[in-house]
Amino acid sequence: MKVSITVNGKAYTKDVEPRTLLTDFVREHIGLTGTNIGCDTSQCGACTVHMDGMAVKACTVLAVQADGSDVTTIEGLASGGELHPMQNAFWNEHGLQCGYCTPGMIMSSVKLVENNPDITEDEIRHGLEGNICRCTGYQNIIRSIQAGAAAMGGGD
Amino acid sequence: MSKYVGQSLKRVEDPRFIQGKGKYVANLSLPGMGYMAIKRSPYAHATINSIDASEALALDGVIAVFTGEDLLADGIGPLPCGWQVPDLKIPVQNAIATEKVRHVGDRVAVVVAESPYIAADALDLIDVDYDPLPAVTDAKAAAQDGAPLVHDEIENNVSYVWELGTKDEYEAALNDSDHVIELDLINQRLIATAMEPRACVAQWNSFTEDMTLWTTSQNPNLIRVVMSAFTLQVPEHKLRVISPDVGGGFGSKLPHYPEEILVPWAARKLDMPIKWVSTRSEAAVSDTQGRDHVTTAKMAFNNDGKITGIGVETWANNGAYLSLVAPLIPTAFYITLLSGLYKVPAVYGKAIGTLSHTVWVDAYRGAGRPEASYLLERLVMMAAQKLGMDGMEFRRLNAIPADEFPYQTPVALSYDSGNYAGLFDKAEELAGYADLLQERDAARAEGRVVGIGIAGCIEASGPAPSAVAGALGGVTGFWEAGTIRLHPTGKVTVLTGSHTHGQGHETTFAQIVADELGIPPEDIDIVHGDTAVITNGMGTYGSRSASVGGSALVVAARKVRDKAIKLAAHQLEAAEEDMVFNQETGDIYVNGAPDRATSIGAMAFAAYTAHNLPEGMEPGMEEDAYYDPANFTYPNSAHIAMVEVDKDTGETKILKYIAVDDVGNVINPMIVEAQISGGIAQGVGQALWENTVYDADGQLLSGTLLDYAVPRADGFPDFKIDRTITPSPHNPLGVKGVGEMGTIASTPTIANAVMDALEPMGISHLDIPLTAQKLHGAMQGTAVSAD
Ligand code: FES
Ligand code: FES
Repeated sequence: MKVSITVNGKAYTKDVEPRTLLTDFVREHIGLTGTNIGCDTSQCGACTVHMDGMAVKACTVLAVQADGSDVTTIEGLASGGELHPMQNAFWNEHGLQCGYCTPGMIMSSVKLVENNPDITEDEIRHGLEGNICRCTGYQNIIRSIQAGAAAMGGGD
Repeated sequence: MSKYVGQSLKRVEDPRFIQGKGKYVANLSLPGMGYMAIKRSPYAHATINSIDASEALALDGVIAVFTGEDLLADGIGPLPCGWQVPDLKIPVQNAIATEKVRHVGDRVAVVVAESPYIAADALDLIDVDYDPLPAVTDAKAAAQDGAPLVHDEIENNVSYVWELGTKDEYEAALNDSDHVIELDLINQRLIATAMEPRACVAQWNSFTEDMTLWTTSQNPNLIRVVMSAFTLQVPEHKLRVISPDVGGGFGSKLPHYPEEILVPWAARKLDMPIKWVSTRSEAAVSDTQGRDHVTTAKMAFNNDGKITGIGVETWANNGAYLSLVAPLIPTAFYITLLSGLYKVPAVYGKAIGTLSHTVWVDAYRGAGRPEASYLLERLVMMAAQKLGMDGMEFRRLNAIPADEFPYQTPVALSYDSGNYAGLFDKAEELAGYADLLQERDAARAEGRVVGIGIAGCIEASGPAPSAVAGALGGVTGFWEAGTIRLHPTGKVTVLTGSHTHGQGHETTFAQIVADELGIPPEDIDIVHGDTAVITNGMGTYGSRSASVGGSALVVAARKVRDKAIKLAAHQLEAAEEDMVFNQETGDIYVNGAPDRATSIGAMAFAAYTAHNLPEGMEPGMEEDAYYDPANFTYPNSAHIAMVEVDKDTGETKILKYIAVDDVGNVINPMIVEAQISGGIAQGVGQALWENTVYDADGQLLSGTLLDYAVPRADGFPDFKIDRTITPSPHNPLGVKGVGEMGTIASTPTIANAVMDALEPMGISHLDIPLTAQKLHGAMQGTAVSAD
């Protein structure tokens, strides 16, 4: 099947099997491997991308469902050579260790904060329900998101 | 003197990860690559009557199907066991099973296809005819007469029995002391769940007969040796193993895996690059799992509060086959630590390592030491309760006094350094312990179920002095290697046999070398994880990277520095002993004559131009070191938590968590604290949520992240983390290791807190995980009987 998906501002039209997942579309068909795969039951959130302005788990979306959509992956988050404030916050606050959950964490966090600029610690912890990190104990992820939220202009 | 060690430098590895440019194995794509999928057994125990792959082979896009017979015909060897305790019975494990399968997930065939989707389709078309057999999954039940045998040649499924300690003294302590507590407990099996599933890519060059394997390993150099010597048998100089960015390990990426044989074997057979990527469900039935002990423990103590003896009998489940260092964990990493931080005159332990129809078990964060700490701290809490003593007081009373180091335990180890009473003092102060007790009592008066838990723990880290390891069963040495290459332009390439999969070595190792050479970290690159580049190495596990790997770099850097100083003395026409090296700037000058100066960078250039070298000095500025540690290091900790159990749901909420750890000197405080917080979360997972459940037939019931409760962000409060520092005298950095301490300490801390909460109801012990369901049931039971 032919699908046309805009990824990080660039339009791609590809012939894919109907069962192709959006994760496989971005990773295998257009070679953007920043979107990681950590599970096969939609639990871990490592694959989180933005699709038409919403954070979605790309392993849970078929490429054909994304036909005509606008998708942003972790590779497309920085703009004009400038890291997104949330990326910077994860770096500054040591919000990652092995880095595997990180693309998904950052993509989820950006939407959490965009949807709730004055987000509290409690809301962050609950908001991350769909993102698993095995390394950090979440402590510095929470701090990163708080710092990211402040840098994105919330909290004042 | 240090300029960089001790600073919280931001991690240099992060820019690639936060931008989605991590170099994980699964991201690798080679032209003409085939994709492997593995047909795994749905039964825990069965004979294989026949395998019919004809339909799979007929599927468009399927390149090949191989079975165990093909493997044996090619002379591929069985997986070895690298920790051989006396009289060890090693079951044969081939990369693909023949005749029999022995756990759900055991490998029966592999498919190679043009795409991963086709490979997965083909798996369903392979027809395997099995005769299911009865299975046994429990460590102790496996050794009972009449239990189904996992391997016919291993009687009673007992692979090894190991004893250590002063048995007579221990038995005397049981007889002569005022009190003895006996506790049966289970340390449940865990699934490591590194977020990156394992993966392998292999490429064979049929002209040069070179094999390259990319694999998600914590120790690629070690894997290469094992593959060359035992399994794939590609000559070591023709085998390159690369472990690029690896997404967490926690021990589960330490062993040599069958897939590391199958992928290169097929790549050579088919003369094409091949890739295999594990799914999460596949990981649950193929990655090594952790813990799984069934134990009877006893502690003897007197009315004065002094512990007089501790002993265990432990049945350790190794799964269906022995993984690389499996026998180490319930033996030398466990029984040696039974007395923890305390001065206990008599210690004795016996471990019975059994086989069962379950996934194999190997190191998981802490590996043996968490099992020891957990049971010890449960016993300590119960003993203090029995005497009506405060838990903190009881621990301080028994702690090894600060002036008794090095401290020889009754079980082989000699602890390096510490101030355990000081550790408890600091934790007590940080927690506001007295207020906490009042808060608890006030909450209880309101009818809330609130408890405080304490644990004091120790770890033997930095494995290991090679001779000691050898005496205890280790097949290899446990040194670490490092190379410092100071380039002509004064920049530095560092090669290390350690491997970082989240620990941040690219940052911390640069800090170490920067201070030794007086060269800023931004001019230093840390290279790891590629056997074609790294001289040699033993990898990362057992919190060894800083103390062993970092020390190797210190030794190598000092050789470089010494050479630069020698060269400077020659060129400045001064005596070598008159030279002063400024570790902050890298300047070298003549003592008392600072204008007669040069720098380490200039000496590097001079060493490569080689126009004016002292007699006998070789050109170049590169040095290797093999560092074999003099002893283990002994990180230690005191953690305190306050929890509340919901009366209606049984759910535990952690209200406060305080951690004080002594990990020796600290290279990067930010990274050290994060290692602790990550460790705490994993240990809490074991205390409250995580459990690997097999049914009676050996089916894994917790095989996905839907059923296996990996901790989420909302399970924790903000941890309060601090430290004390007593440097380890055994390595030049004075470090003790930080990777596992949080995990070791947090399981007993939380378990004790929950048991303290339930104590007023007369409940003295429940096995972990203390799930809502379990606690609810226990509280109900008590309520009914109390009525
Ligand atoms: S890979 Fe998508 S949720 Fe785990
Ligand atoms: S940083 Fe490793 S899983 Fe989150």
